[in-house]
Amino acid sequence: MTRYTSATPDDRRQMLDAIGVGSAEELFEQIPEPLRLGRPLALPDGMGEAEVYERLAALAERNADAEAQVCFVGAGMYDHYVPAIVDAITSRSEFLTPYTPYQPEISQGGLQVMFEFQTAMSELTGLPVSNAGLYEGPSSVASAGYLAMGATKRKRFVVSRGVHPHSRETLATYSVGYGAEVVEVGLDGGLTDAAALAEAVDGETAAVILQSPNFLGAVEDVEALGAAAKEHGALLVVACDPITLSVLKPPGECGADIALGEGQPLGNRLDFGGPSFGFFCATEAQIRRMPGRIAGETEDVDGRRGFVLALQTREQHIRREKATNNICTAQALNALGAMVHLAWLGRQGFRELGELLVQRTAYARERLAAVDGVELLHAAPVAREFAVRLDAPVERVLDRVAERGIAAGYPLGREYPEFEDGLLVAITERRTKAQIDELAGVLDAAVAAERGAFPSHEHAKAPLPGGAS
Amino acid sequence: MALTETPMQAERARTIFEKSKRGRRAATLPSTEVPEKPLADLIPSNLLRSEPPRLPEIAEPEIVRHYNRLSRRNFDLDSGFYPLGSCTMKHNPRLNERVAALSGHARLHPAQDPRRAQGALELMWLLQESLSEICGLPHVSLQPSAGSHGELAGLLLTRAYHADRGEVRTKVLAPDTSHGTNPASVTMAGYEVVKVATNEQGGVEMDDLRAKLAENEGEVACLMLTNPNTLGVFDENIAEIAKLIHEAGGTLYYDGANLNAVMGHSRPGDMGFDIVHVNLHKSFSQPHGGGGPGAGPIAVSDRIEPYLPRPQVVRREGSNGHGPAFDLDFERPKSIGRLRGFQGNFGVFVRSYAYILSLGGDGLSEASEIAVLNANYLKARLAEGRAGERLPIAFDRHCMHEFVLSGKPMKRDLGLATLDLAKRLLDFGFHPPTVYFPLLVEEALMVEPTETETKESLDAFAAAVEQILAEAEDNPDLARNAPYTTPVRRLDEVKATRQPIVRQPLPVS
Repeated sequence: MTRYTSATPDDRRQMLDAIGVGSAEELFEQIPEPLRLGRPLALPDGMGEAEVYERLAALAERNADAEAQVCFVGAGMYDHYVPAIVDAITSRSEFLTPYTPYQPEISQGGLQVMFEFQTAMSELTGLPVSNAGLYEGPSSVASAGYLAMGATKRKRFVVSRGVHPHSRETLATYSVGYGAEVVEVGLDGGLTDAAALAEAVDGETAAVILQSPNFLGAVEDVEALGAAAKEHGALLVVACDPITLSVLKPPGECGADIALGEGQPLGNRLDFGGPSFGFFCATEAQIRRMPGRIAGETEDVDGRRGFVLALQTREQHIRREKATNNICTAQALNALGAMVHLAWLGRQGFRELGELLVQRTAYARERLAAVDGVELLHAAPVAREFAVRLDAPVERVLDRVAERGIAAGYPLGREYPEFEDGLLVAITERRTKAQIDELAGVLDAAVAAERGAFPSHEHAKAPLPGGAS
Repeated sequence: MALTETPMQAERARTIFEKSKRGRRAATLPSTEVPEKPLADLIPSNLLRSEPPRLPEIAEPEIVRHYNRLSRRNFDLDSGFYPLGSCTMKHNPRLNERVAALSGHARLHPAQDPRRAQGALELMWLLQESLSEICGLPHVSLQPSAGSHGELAGLLLTRAYHADRGEVRTKVLAPDTSHGTNPASVTMAGYEVVKVATNEQGGVEMDDLRAKLAENEGEVACLMLTNPNTLGVFDENIAEIAKLIHEAGGTLYYDGANLNAVMGHSRPGDMGFDIVHVNLHKSFSQPHGGGGPGAGPIAVSDRIEPYLPRPQVVRREGSNGHGPAFDLDFERPKSIGRLRGFQGNFGVFVRSYAYILSLGGDGLSEASEIAVLNANYLKARLAEGRAGERLPIAFDRHCMHEFVLSGKPMKRDLGLATLDLAKRLLDFGFHPPTVYFPLLVEEALMVEPTETETKESLDAFAAAVEQILAEAEDNPDLARNAPYTTPVRRLDEVKATRQPIVRQPLPVS
């Protein structure tokens, strides 16, 4: 018996008798003999709980996490403080272990959370319709593209180079499937090149896709850029960081048809990239084209208020090949974490958090720009993240800074070869003034030490001291 | 049945927004610490928000109370039997939650330099190796976020494979009984669905398959299947099916929703499948979370490997006395590209790997064995008495991990629809089976008990079904009007779709 099963030899005998077979193997005889494995799986034997814990704890220890290092890395996922009540509530069995709420009478808790979450995301984005969540940020961009194709019957996307590289790449991957073309518009001074964008949008454009703050941290003038989309009848899709919507004008007030993004900054831990959730909001006009689950308010037979999965006729289990999307998951538990975090922050706290980030980011940007060998990559306004250029090989500088217990930022070179010397630095409420000052000092020393060293692309990555074992 | 309200019913739903009162708060944020500047000096005022979003204003005690109360309006796996067919509602070990929450996992930034995330990459590599062995296919990508995402990945891989050979294929075969995600994924991937008929065993109708292949010669990119099939029966023609598809130049895709039946007993790769998705939230114990998160890794054959999503986790042998090192490989020129951000749902990988370590190869095999034993036992119990008469099995032979009953005689003789039985089961404290799927069985009930249920639970479920059928002989309205004891009773789903209210209206402040 494994520790998660209960069939004793006595149970087995009784059950086999009831079935009318002599052994469980007989039940597997419907598998043609050549297709039966006929040997044990080549995996280690099962382990006790304590041994499994030790094994996984040993692996975890070989990661430099944000508790071991001061983390200035962002690039879409941020080291925010997740309040204790988020863990307490999301770990409750009643939220952790149910399936999708197909039986609404016994799923009112989860459905109401979805409804509250939709309300909160609608408030943040300034758009009236929200779904209950998608996988994560970048695939939500691809889903927006698919929606836009259906809405406009067009097959071209115009995408700013300021959109997260993972989103652009995911959109490109999906586009090969659904047969769309992706046209990229470059950046100028850290911001989407408005003239190039206006030039690229035409009557064949299904969607104009922007991100604000963009990947380099710059706050875009979405309204101005979006005019080109309006002019040609394309949908305006805006990816955004939900935390910055505490201070920035919501996409819904900037003409966006769809606002979406990576939800991790709200109540979700870093988890090396997932699970988190994507949020997806739109205008009323798109409600029947939305991807994913949507909770709706209704009444029971006695007139009690209740909630159900609404508009299910959009979905795969009803519409099959005509569904608006193939997605079935809502990342419901992650969305619950976001809702609890937002309730904990509340109207005042959310605003204060956003202002705190803007102030500390401005300070950090100024502080780092004053370091010898560090300059701003762009001067555009920023909210919680900014980009600098280093007068030294970025990877080597990062290694030196890491030795001092700091993850200084995200190197831009892989995804933006034009910014091979670029570093993206993110601020959360966990990054104190003292830590920012320390980063400036450590970066100063590291850049000085590495200045004039050979360019970063010519050196191989050195193994860390001690190596990987 | 007396229609007095239960206390839970009497407590009408109120959202957290309705409990808000101006001036209340929970969070205390750190002070700014740095010299402050006017916001409009930092960000042009035309880009700033004029009014903060109307989030609730509420102190911590009431937030906790609100969500605790909401939680009690949910049924969950830890509260009772959840025999939802095709969903594999097995126990979610709490150890897995504990190890996933270790800061080395939970607070690891996804863009951490691979040299400083060796434990995470090794864990992913070990999970890849484990899934490869279980599926019988040599290569694994953990990137897809769910089963449907794995399906899309598999179809895009198929497209890339054919494109690389200079072939343009436009059609994907799928059984008319397939999970709804299959045809939805086919459309998203830019293919046209061609339905293949199902035989009475729930398997592929071989003559129809041959006919469809002949009609669409040179155009078939892929056949998507699940095996055991949707009636819970192993398709004994699978080797022949694989041969036909491969001869026609297509790929064979395995929807892993039913993998829990065969772990350690039979492997999709050995059956001839080229691409498999694995639902970590089904067979590998990731909690379903009320509708996510999950993960849908894919395992593939050698010929599909060049096209796998990037980045791919790789193990490199060490040199100069260093041990092996793990890395993310972005240099994959034939890759279909990314399907999502970063590396996938790592937190799910930790849980599933902990589960695989806990059970081991022998334990996984035993899990499938007991899943099949439990299903056949419950099937035998439901073949007795009234259930046997009113709810006959759709295909009467040994099943694998699940089976399908038809409520057609129940409807005919007692006037009870499958939905009524399902709703009445709620009053007995059971989650109903999957209903009205597969479509080929009238008034279908699809039952999957999983291996983690006791014989006593199965007996209690069978007894409840018997009792519901018995009471319906005297008073069918009892079930037709059920449930009675749940937080709300039957809900008007049509209204929610005709006049959708999808957010709370809030007062203008």
